[in-house]
Amino acid sequence: MAKDLYPNKDDLQKFVDARYRTAWVWQTVFLSALLIAILALSALILNVVDGAFGYVVYEFKKDPALVSEKPIDDLNQTELIALLKDNLSRGAYNKLNNEKVMETRSEGELYGLVIERIIQVKTLKTYPLFESLFNRAAIEAEVAEKFPGARLEFRSWLTPDFLTTPMSSRAEFAGVRTALFGTLWMVSIAISFALPVGIGAAIYLQEYASKKSLMNKIIQTNINNLAGVPSIVYGMLGLAIFVRAFEALTSGALFGVTDSNGRTILSAGLTMGILVLPLVIINAQEAIKAVPDSIRQAAYGVGATRWQTVWSHVLPNALPGILTGSILAMSRAVGETAPLIIVGASTFISVDPSGPFSKFTALPIQIYQWTARAQSEFHAIAAAAIIVLLVLLLTLNATAILLRNRFQRRY
Amino acid sequence: MTTETQSLAPVPEQNSVPVSLRRKLRLGEGLLEAILFVVGFLTIFVTVSIVVVLGDQALLFFNDPQVGFREFFLTTQWQPSIGQFGIWALVSATLTTSAIAMLVALPLGLSSAIYLSEYASPRARSVLKPILEVLAGIPTVVYGYFALLFVTPLLRNLIGTENLGVYNMLSAGVVMGIMILPLIASMSEDALSAVPNSLREAAYAMGATPFEASIQVIVPAALSGIGAAIIVGLSRAVGETMIVAVASGATSKFTFNPLEAAETMTAHIARISGGDLSYNTIDYNSLFAIALVLFVVTLALNLFSQWIVSRFREQYE
Repeated sequence: MAKDLYPNKDDLQKFVDARYRTAWVWQTVFLSALLIAILALSALILNVVDGAFGYVVYEFKKDPALVSEKPIDDLNQTELIALLKDNLSRGAYNKLNNEKVMETRSEGELYGLVIERIIQVKTLKTYPLFESLFNRAAIEAEVAEKFPGARLEFRSWLTPDFLTTPMSSRAEFAGVRTALFGTLWMVSIAISFALPVGIGAAIYLQEYASKKSLMNKIIQTNINNLAGVPSIVYGMLGLAIFVRAFEALTSGALFGVTDSNGRTILSAGLTMGILVLPLVIINAQEAIKAVPDSIRQAAYGVGATRWQTVWSHVLPNALPGILTGSILAMSRAVGETAPLIIVGASTFISVDPSGPFSKFTALPIQIYQWTARAQSEFHAIAAAAIIVLLVLLLTLNATAILLRNRFQRRY
Repeated sequence: MTTETQSLAPVPEQNSVPVSLRRKLRLGEGLLEAILFVVGFLTIFVTVSIVVVLGDQALLFFNDPQVGFREFFLTTQWQPSIGQFGIWALVSATLTTSAIAMLVALPLGLSSAIYLSEYASPRARSVLKPILEVLAGIPTVVYGYFALLFVTPLLRNLIGTENLGVYNMLSAGVVMGIMILPLIASMSEDALSAVPNSLREAAYAMGATPFEASIQVIVPAALSGIGAAIIVGLSRAVGETMIVAVASGATSKFTFNPLEAAETMTAHIARISGGDLSYNTIDYNSLFAIALVLFVVTLALNLFSQWIVSRFREQYE
């Protein structure tokens, strides 16, 4: 009888083998999910790199050889100015001179003007990097057939000039200088609002408020919910409050600035500050929570008041964690786009922002604008701007990780 | 005992300086606590102002003779130029893209979480987890670029250019899924790792394979956390703006067909407010009505996920 209760040896072996086969298959499935995620990340990065470099086909409206006997690259400042004077109409020259006096412009700037205004480069077609590398012959054949007389050149859209030149309506001459400054201004305003407020709120919740009080629970739940509110809703809040209701303050009218409306860096910075506030609070709370109670009790034991305990013992110990969290909040503010669109980042600005009351544009806004354009040369500069943005974010996050590893204490 | 007492410092005599042990009034301390409370309370103020601002402007919209409450919630045409404000035209696109995103993110995110928590060696985990974190840290506008210039051409090659336009909800949804994947993976992994080892060991002691232990013991034990992750992911998908603004088109249309172009609630707000919009027009106020719907939906989802965690959490200690 007892014998029938157990399966025979072969059946058992088969059963176990089948179960382990299933287990193995599923392990492969689980692993492949991760591999798909890695694949997606690589595709994204390769796609951006692919777009930012590659062959371009362009033509000159005026041949450089006809404009100047010497190669333009070798001309010095005075020669370049003379060239501009000869070839531009007087009105156009005076207009440029009024914007910025010619003699004060650098050689690089003048060279750019000569290329843009006199030679008038026109990009006819761009090729992505991988096609340029592996399919050169086909590209050359196509160019010879379709664009006779045009020049083919390998171009990196991401150059040092790309970082230092302001916006332009022509992709060939556009840069992200104004956008970078806008992003820096906006993030500084956001963080100088969110950091003190966020740390203060975290101290109150962790060190002062009684954990059981209803008020404390409401504030805590509320912070968790604020962290989940879509960023575009914060944009609408910023539009209604900072741009419109507080227009006198954010446009700078109270301070004697007259030439702007509420759509300024200050509005954007404050909106972004409110957006990252819950993140800063939650991170700071975690950091304060990690400070062991023994330190607080030691402080109370020698007669410190609550604030003395917090200021001299809890905060110094929690500081690395708070800083790490704040840097992560900063990188969130750098990459956020939707609220800036709502608050009204200008899309075309070629002057550096001069203060909190100027109009502005930001890096993600430029990426959005350029991606939305139909011409492929704008996609190329969008890709170059994405690389700038990603490098910026990577630097921020690497700093955060370094800080964490360098100062982290274990109790 | 007695020797110990004797060795302590001598008790001050009665006629030395009297020590007051009563609590001192410290103005500075009280002031600081008050400031900190105000700062903490500011977060409540933010929520209140969101509700007031959105509600106030939305009320202006609903009070306009051109629109009615019923028309807004029950009709399916959104064409402000001819006075049609049926939010379902926008909601349908939001639902479609979010559904596609969840179809992508849910299986991939959950599988990744199970692999990381149950299979991966500590070394493999230390390599794989940062990759997911990088994926989570990429700004959404970059995902928008990726959707429009990589995924869309890829899908058009696969499905055929005549079936799939340059702007479509499928590509936006898929990329949104990739964006949400790390969120679901990391939240689920936290839930799985929180399951005590004793359960794992008990399962293995009974002869379970790793797969059986994961699916029959560990995942059920972590179900509340996984559920919360899914709902938070959904709320992110509903509120996501830039991917859909770039890749899913700029025409409001009532459709659930992922191959078509349609505008979500968020993309509509972004497009309209990106132009030169004059204040206090019906178009302007309608954006606040949409944003209010968006806020209420995401708030409900977030509260629901918190409720799931507190209601269904398995307590082991």
